[in-house]
Amino acid sequence: MFRNVAELVELAQSKNKKISTIMIEQEVEVTGKTREQILSQMETNLDVMEKAVERGLQGVQSVSGLTGGDAVLLQEYIKKGTFLSGEILLDAVSKAVATNEVNAAMGTICATPTAGSAGVVPGTLFAVQRKLNPTKEQKIEFLFTAGAFGFVVANNASISGAAGGCQAEVGSAAGMAAAAIVEMAGGSPAQSAEAMAITLKNMLGLVCDPVAGLVEVPCVKRNAMGAANAMVAADMALAGITSRIPCDEVIIAMYEIGQSMPSALRETAQGGLAATPTGRALEAKIFGLPLLKK
Amino acid sequence: MKYKSVFDIIGPVMIGPSSSHTAGAARIGRVARTLFGRQPEWAVIYFYGSFAKTYKGHGTDVAIVGGLLDFDTFDERIKSSFQIAEQQKMKIEFHEEDAVTDHPNTAKIVIGDHQGELELVGISIGGGKIEIIELNGFVLRLSGHNPAILVVHDDRFGAIANVSNILAKHEINIGQMDVSRKEKGKMALMTIEVDQNIGDEVLREIGELANITQVAKIVD
Repeated sequence: MFRNVAELVELAQSKNKKISTIMIEQEVEVTGKTREQILSQMETNLDVMEKAVERGLQGVQSVSGLTGGDAVLLQEYIKKGTFLSGEILLDAVSKAVATNEVNAAMGTICATPTAGSAGVVPGTLFAVQRKLNPTKEQKIEFLFTAGAFGFVVANNASISGAAGGCQAEVGSAAGMAAAAIVEMAGGSPAQSAEAMAITLKNMLGLVCDPVAGLVEVPCVKRNAMGAANAMVAADMALAGITSRIPCDEVIIAMYEIGQSMPSALRETAQGGLAATPTGRALEAKIFGLPLLKK
Repeated sequence: MKYKSVFDIIGPVMIGPSSSHTAGAARIGRVARTLFGRQPEWAVIYFYGSFAKTYKGHGTDVAIVGGLLDFDTFDERIKSSFQIAEQQKMKIEFHEEDAVTDHPNTAKIVIGDHQGELELVGISIGGGKIEIIELNGFVLRLSGHNPAILVVHDDRFGAIANVSNILAKHEINIGQMDVSRKEKGKMALMTIEVDQNIGDEVLREIGELANITQVAKIVD
């Protein structure tokens, strides 16, 4: 069993295998299930992700009314062709938003690694596929590669906003996505690790401050930027850029930053954006509570 | 290593928006339904802590009723559980409680029909995982780290041995077992923590034993 990113990369390099293959082999060993069973379970998750994106792109609205419809706005904007950044980048952002809007609207999603950060990995996957034309098997592998990096983060740091802030949720999701994009684009295991490190470094310190305690504001847009971050970091790693701080040390830094984060900024809706006048006003409107004094 | 499977990271498939406030709530409702053994005619649901503060926005109420209707965490019908409950003439009442509980995501469910009643307290501990901490006034002691089953039975000799025999037959190792009863010879409870996940077939076999009233998985 690999315990950190260094071991994961070393395993892949010494056996001349992809990271997704290493993850699948470990899953076979740990669970005793067959390779076919494991691939088929991941295929189910992939199908759920694809349906969630499709649904979000048709336009959804959350129960509270706080979120919905932004994925559609972005797709319409892309069609106009006047965008400044990039088509695949914006497509990834739109599909990440689509997934989280569906989540907020009580739709079916696959937690990746959590419900609140479920948009980043599928958003990037279904955007880069237009350029890379992967087979279904390669799309399934994308999820195993993402899972392998998430596995390391979950065991060495945290993937919960309550424990480590948004850096642990969307930050982890973005790092996982970046690593998986690199593999799908033909990069090396080491480049996947670099992409993860570059992404996570730029998510460090991100707090979890949901308005009214709901998985909506700012979660949906944080998924958008998580996807953008992952796309750019993947390109940087594929260009040969490396992180001066090794991936495992970035993960530990993320953990320690999470430990020192005040509880008001860890999913309690007591600080940050949740405590702004507008955040408080929205909370009062949704739950009918008296406004808290500043 | 807290996480062992890649599907702890990529998964579970669930109805949003929150694994703890939606998926976990549905599971608490479903355990109550399973232990009751049939669809209740009425339900009174008490929310505590963060559940009490945010249940409307998270759909915790809709999810818990979905569970009472026997829907799994990924069942799309959860969304319309209120309408379905109404069609099936299930009466539902919600109470927001101020009392401070040990865990912020706590729900108490009282369900019943003309034949009987059941009261259960459940907590949602994150990632969709839940624990049942109280049943009909019995306090359940579980570590929460291992799969666990709950067996409601008549307090008769041999009942405990019969259950452990079935587990032994299926090569399931018991990690911890707790036995309690209200009065000698009356209703009794077994909470059994095991090392591996228990399939539905084993639960069915236990349920068919003499003096066993109800069997349910309470921790996955």
